[in-house]
Amino acid sequence: MKHPYHLPDPSPWPIIASLGGFLIVFGIILAAHYHSYLMLIAGTLLTLGTAFMWWRDVIKEARTPGAHSAIVRLGLRYGMVLFIGSEVMFFSGFFWAYFNFLLYPETQGNGMLVWPPSNIFTFDPFHLPLLNTMILLLSGCTVTWAHHGLLEGDKKALVNGLGITILLGLCFTGFQAVEYAHAPFKFWGGGVYSSVFFLATGFHGFHVIVGTLFLIVCYFRARANHFTPARHFGFEAAAWYWHFVDVVWLFLFICIYWYGAGNIAAE
Amino acid sequence: MAATTHDNAHGHDDHHDHDHKPGFVARWLFSTNHKDIGTLYLIFAVIGGVVGGALSMIMRAQLQFPNSHIVTSGQEWNTIVTSHGLLMIFFSVMPALIGGFGNWFIPLMIGAPDMAFPRLNNISFWLLPPAFVLICIGLVMGESGSGWTLYPPLSNSTYESGMGMDCTLFALHLAGASSLLGSMNFITTIFNMRAPGMTLHKMPLFIWAELVTAFLLVLSVPVLAGAITMLICDRNFGTAFFDPTGGGDPVLFQHLFWFFGHPEVYIMILPGFGIVSHVISTFSRKPIFGYLGMVYAMVGIGVVGFVVWAHHMYLSGIDIDTRAYFMGATMVIAVPTGIKIFSWIATMWGGSISFETPMLWAVGFLFVFTLGGVTGVVCANAGIDYMIHNTYYVIAHFHYVLSLGAVFSIFCGIYYWFGKMSGRQYPEFWGRVHFWMTFVGVNLTFFPQHFLGLSGMPRRYPDYPNAFAGWNYVSSIGAYISGVAMLVFLYVCYRTLTSKEKVADNPWGEGATTLEWTQTSPPAFHTYLELPRIK
Ligand code: HEM
Ligand SMILES: [Cu+2]
Repeated sequence: MKHPYHLPDPSPWPIIASLGGFLIVFGIILAAHYHSYLMLIAGTLLTLGTAFMWWRDVIKEARTPGAHSAIVRLGLRYGMVLFIGSEVMFFSGFFWAYFNFLLYPETQGNGMLVWPPSNIFTFDPFHLPLLNTMILLLSGCTVTWAHHGLLEGDKKALVNGLGITILLGLCFTGFQAVEYAHAPFKFWGGGVYSSVFFLATGFHGFHVIVGTLFLIVCYFRARANHFTPARHFGFEAAAWYWHFVDVVWLFLFICIYWYGAGNIAAE
Repeated sequence: MAATTHDNAHGHDDHHDHDHKPGFVARWLFSTNHKDIGTLYLIFAVIGGVVGGALSMIMRAQLQFPNSHIVTSGQEWNTIVTSHGLLMIFFSVMPALIGGFGNWFIPLMIGAPDMAFPRLNNISFWLLPPAFVLICIGLVMGESGSGWTLYPPLSNSTYESGMGMDCTLFALHLAGASSLLGSMNFITTIFNMRAPGMTLHKMPLFIWAELVTAFLLVLSVPVLAGAITMLICDRNFGTAFFDPTGGGDPVLFQHLFWFFGHPEVYIMILPGFGIVSHVISTFSRKPIFGYLGMVYAMVGIGVVGFVVWAHHMYLSGIDIDTRAYFMGATMVIAVPTGIKIFSWIATMWGGSISFETPMLWAVGFLFVFTLGGVTGVVCANAGIDYMIHNTYYVIAHFHYVLSLGAVFSIFCGIYYWFGKMSGRQYPEFWGRVHFWMTFVGVNLTFFPQHFLGLSGMPRRYPDYPNAFAGWNYVSSIGAYISGVAMLVFLYVCYRTLTSKEKVADNPWGEGATTLEWTQTSPPAFHTYLELPRIK
């Protein structure tokens, strides 16, 4: 073959994954309307399993000489940037909703035009949220430490840096869960403040989990010597994604927790 | 634009070595081949179009006379209207113009052996059939009566409590994911896989069109996804985004929807611009007039298209300064659109024009699209729109640009490339019959709707006062004619696919200069295993 591109053979994963997607969305509908969770669980398992197999194929190809040429790796970079760009727009939708409510609050029948709504007690931004901000910022540093380790060929720094990043990610998710459990407002029927709070931070939390999984994959790949100082796009993509998640959090922290803080709930 | 120094002897060698096709299941279900996936998209688009078209026949039958009872309830009517709109947009026009022609001809025109991410390409397609099933569930259950714009409160759990509405919303999630993955693939392919020597400013206009389209998708679809996520939560999980009793705001949904919705209308027309440009240039035997102007007009339309969305919301209570801004910005879009129309005309000027079927569609496109563009500018005037918003005038406007404009460009592409894709000749006579029947039919259907709208007939009702009976009758007759024309099209497909007449590599002669005409008809399973060089 006289071209530098990679033409994979036919693969069963795409069509199975789309079946998984169908089962998930239909499963959510059945769960919401009939409290039947079977299809949702089946769809989730199918999708995760397929993602695993598909990812495994890609990693195999990455290690097949000639498959991921320099130009193919450049293509993967384009793909990842575009994916992150689309995620930015997804979050923009939620921020749009948030600022819509913040700048033009509705009266809620009590005649008061304030944000947050007068019956809402919010979190103290400089309590757990600040801690979580520090955790994520620190994890941004440790992933860069891992990257430098990788570039210098220092495997120990790479593996340790990644491991610590993953632990920090898990801490963040854990603290978010604690925070949700102590929220002074409720998701279901809690009005617009809790709606936008939980959806924006929850969607972010989901991204943290996905990013952590991505880093975990990289962790095992790093230990198995898959990365070289010259070629490690899998790691870079995970790091980009992680920084993206980090930046979104900064916006959430500043705009929602801090700027949007109202009457602080007593601890 | 692009001439090639492809070494033919080599091309054929490769052809022999690598042209083994996988077995049926692997080929069609597990495909990683851009041509096969493009074919799947095209077949899917025809199915979506036939189902959506059947719904429109029901609607015109109901509206043919006042006080009809073909559709038995308002709810049923609303569901049909909703499903018609969504099917046509997401399951016919987009799969044909983007998935179908984009997959087939982006690699062929830029000289790449396939798309950048062939497996991703396959999942982009396979997300659509499940989405189609979900839409059909919503339709059959009769529970998605919100209109294609999905506005709450029409779509919230108070007014549309059944699970059918949720099916429709989730169908859009799947279709949206499909478009997103597809457009990332397109952009990467176009940026990363052009043949050596094909700089951006040598890229065929169709590729530019698909590139701008893909960017619009990447930037707008996620916002729609966010909006329907909030709507689904409002319906099922007790949130209050769009519910004023909990402090929410229904107008927010309109903003989010149209932030996606207006770019979406350009998503549906830009690829058509690309196709029409090639066809007009081919059959005028002249290079396109003002290539760079054409390119940057599309880029301009894409950019400005993001800042005009609230022209759909003049009556939603937005502030007068806001209306003034959106009115001005909207009219600005008519400028690049005008550049394109005049450049097409200038391309034909002085050319040696011949009117084979693709050219008929292209010229027909110019006519109907210009008409629709002009009524768009009328709607853009906030003051005038107070009178015509949500009337049949708007229906006429967007059907002139969509079901006439975009659909004409689809047929234009089908006839232009049918021989290339299938290797067989379409019957010229029946192609012309198809064109003229469609042209007469759709104009008869939609032109009178301008009059109906101006005299105040509102959209989305299954009935009307007797005063509107005359033009509604005419409109329904037109619809039946275009319905028969659709059957003629299916006959054309049948005739072509069973025809024994083979098509040459380049049946259109010197006017057809893009790379796909250097390939055999149909092209080998894998093309450009040796990259062409562009001078
Ligand atoms: C010169 C360019 C155009 C202008 C100035 C324009 C302007 C407008 C305006 C102001 C409306 C809102 C009317 C109302 O609801 O009262 C509208 C509706 C619409 N336009 Fe256009 N338009 C243009 C081109 C297009 C194109 C190219 C398409 C699609 C290919 C398109 C598709 C639509 C659709 C689908 C609607 C109706 C949406 C709905 O309410 O269901 N327009 N247009
Ligand atoms: Cu618009």
